[in-house]
Amino acid sequence: MGMTQHADPAVTTPPASGPEQTDGRTAERPLAVRLLARPEVGVFLGAAAVYVFFLIAAPPVRDGSSMATVLYQSSTIGIMTLPVALLMIGGEFDLSSGVAVITSALTASMLAYQLSMNVWVGVIAALIVSLAVGFFNGWMVVKTGLPSFLVTLGTFLILQGVNLAVTKLVTGNVATDDISNMDGFDQAKKVFASTFDIGGVNVKITVFYWLVFAAIATWVLLRTKYGNWIFAVGGNKDSARAVGVPVTFTKISLFMLVGVGAWFVGMHQLFTFNTVQSGEGVGQELIFIAAAVIGGCLLTGGFGSAIGPVFGAFMFGMVNQGIVFAGWNPDWFKAFLGVMLLGAVLINLWVRQSATRR
Amino acid sequence: MTDNGTGTHGAVLQDTVPEDEDRPIVELRNAGKAYGNIRALHGVSLQVRPSQVTCVLGDNGAGKSTLIKIVSGLHQHTEGEFLVDGAPVRFSTPRDALDKGIATVYQDLATVPLMPVWRNFFLGSEMTKGPWPVRRLDIEKMKKTADEELRNMGIVLDNLEQPIGTLSGGQRQCVAIARAVYFGARVLILDEPTAALGVKQSGVVLKYIAAARDRGLGVIFITHNPHHAYMVGDHFSVLRLGTMELSAERSQITLEELTNHMAGGAELAALKHELSQVRGVDVEELPEEKDLTAPVATAGEAAS
Repeated sequence: MGMTQHADPAVTTPPASGPEQTDGRTAERPLAVRLLARPEVGVFLGAAAVYVFFLIAAPPVRDGSSMATVLYQSSTIGIMTLPVALLMIGGEFDLSSGVAVITSALTASMLAYQLSMNVWVGVIAALIVSLAVGFFNGWMVVKTGLPSFLVTLGTFLILQGVNLAVTKLVTGNVATDDISNMDGFDQAKKVFASTFDIGGVNVKITVFYWLVFAAIATWVLLRTKYGNWIFAVGGNKDSARAVGVPVTFTKISLFMLVGVGAWFVGMHQLFTFNTVQSGEGVGQELIFIAAAVIGGCLLTGGFGSAIGPVFGAFMFGMVNQGIVFAGWNPDWFKAFLGVMLLGAVLINLWVRQSATRR
Repeated sequence: MTDNGTGTHGAVLQDTVPEDEDRPIVELRNAGKAYGNIRALHGVSLQVRPSQVTCVLGDNGAGKSTLIKIVSGLHQHTEGEFLVDGAPVRFSTPRDALDKGIATVYQDLATVPLMPVWRNFFLGSEMTKGPWPVRRLDIEKMKKTADEELRNMGIVLDNLEQPIGTLSGGQRQCVAIARAVYFGARVLILDEPTAALGVKQSGVVLKYIAAARDRGLGVIFITHNPHHAYMVGDHFSVLRLGTMELSAERSQITLEELTNHMAGGAELAALKHELSQVRGVDVEELPEEKDLTAPVATAGEAAS
């Protein structure tokens, strides 16, 4: 009875029932949600969790020198992860980055040794070779429009083969000769592979380089034109070109930056171990890419940070050494990493979806 | 009159308007374009004046794209004349057109979705400060300028840091229009800005077209929707199979005539017939009043 009568007064209420009054404007989101939308926050929490986990599970980690070892391990991955991450934000991959490190070290080592020159000549030559490899990758990708996955897979295989073949051809061995007695070695070792004493703990110089490079990369990414262009070419290449961003320059220079990273890490390895194993480096490229992705860089480009990959690389170093300190079988390392990668990616995905939802 | 002056100070635009009120900024005289032996465009005359919206209408394949490609510098005309400020020109790249103050806003080529609004606004023309090794983005100034410029166009966003991809399609078009206006455009070419938008969003874009016109810009509005064109247009040109079928001032033509020209006589008759049939069904089944009251009634029931 009452129901039919209710229908009538309801007709007069339309102005009141208007839930949509936004007209395109967004509401301010809570600070926590806005923070989580930052690319580096998820990985920071992940790295903290891994750190705390090993603090509890592996008592030796609490020691300062153990921490220095962890940081050293992280830095050798981290220095290379930075340019790889920038390249990824710029929308491209480099699968050749792992073997490119060895290529650079081999070039410096063999050139200096065979020609009996100052090692710095080899170091400079290696830089030129690394830049050339980077330029080739970038130029091929930009000019052909092929996916960088394919182009750099090709470079990866080429370099892997050339590394082995040329080393065998030149030295008759799979490793290069020891260069520790050559001119300029001590000087170069100081630059690339020295150790500092901080409060009784020996810290490798790469840790400082890593953090300094990360700071520079962050500044460049967020505060310069070039950084703006990196996001733009990764986010939407055609739009970027249409508004006057030099897409070709940006992409090629990013590939060359990866070359510089490979050169730097290669020099570190050379002046740490005095010789280079020509078959190494295979598989490292995936570690760099994984660290960048764990660090919150979007695999498809246009989103990410330079700080995130620092924590990503730290997670790798922490797990790598933590397993050893905990006294577990190091064979588990890769499995652990795989789980971590999937976990990080899922967390990133969830965080970004819930934080960027309108 | 040069675009450089207007580029950094939007206010200069107003000063330049009176002196060339009646002279077209861009003019095509019997222009045409042939791709090999295919004549895509032939005998097209068009004038774009400051503070006027020139609508170019036409069905798919009528030559609209070719026309804007000539004006925006992507292609060169092969016959007739193309004048900017009364002087014949021949652009070889879009940059040349931009330097003359002719900016094109493409339908989807305008923005990088994941980047913040203010970064998108200045992308490719960033403001910097400081000497070279530490030359950096002048973020504060850019944000302030972007906010001011968007407000001048009537676009109010509460957070310029939000990725531009979270804006609606219409808002993104508007940001692109505001950007073109700020960077010294005197002529704005809009390539089907309403084609992918809903009714309400199209309205928003039309509003900003009018705003750009009121700021003294000449606008070339490419569309195949005569209703949208008639809402803001001052001059209408209808292209058909690569030639100019109609060129008329607003006072010389009604919306119905415009629609008629767009569709072509016979096609329109058939269309009208179809439409009247459809509408007949609609009116009988769903009267307007019922349509309006139905959702309200259900809402009321749910509430009580």
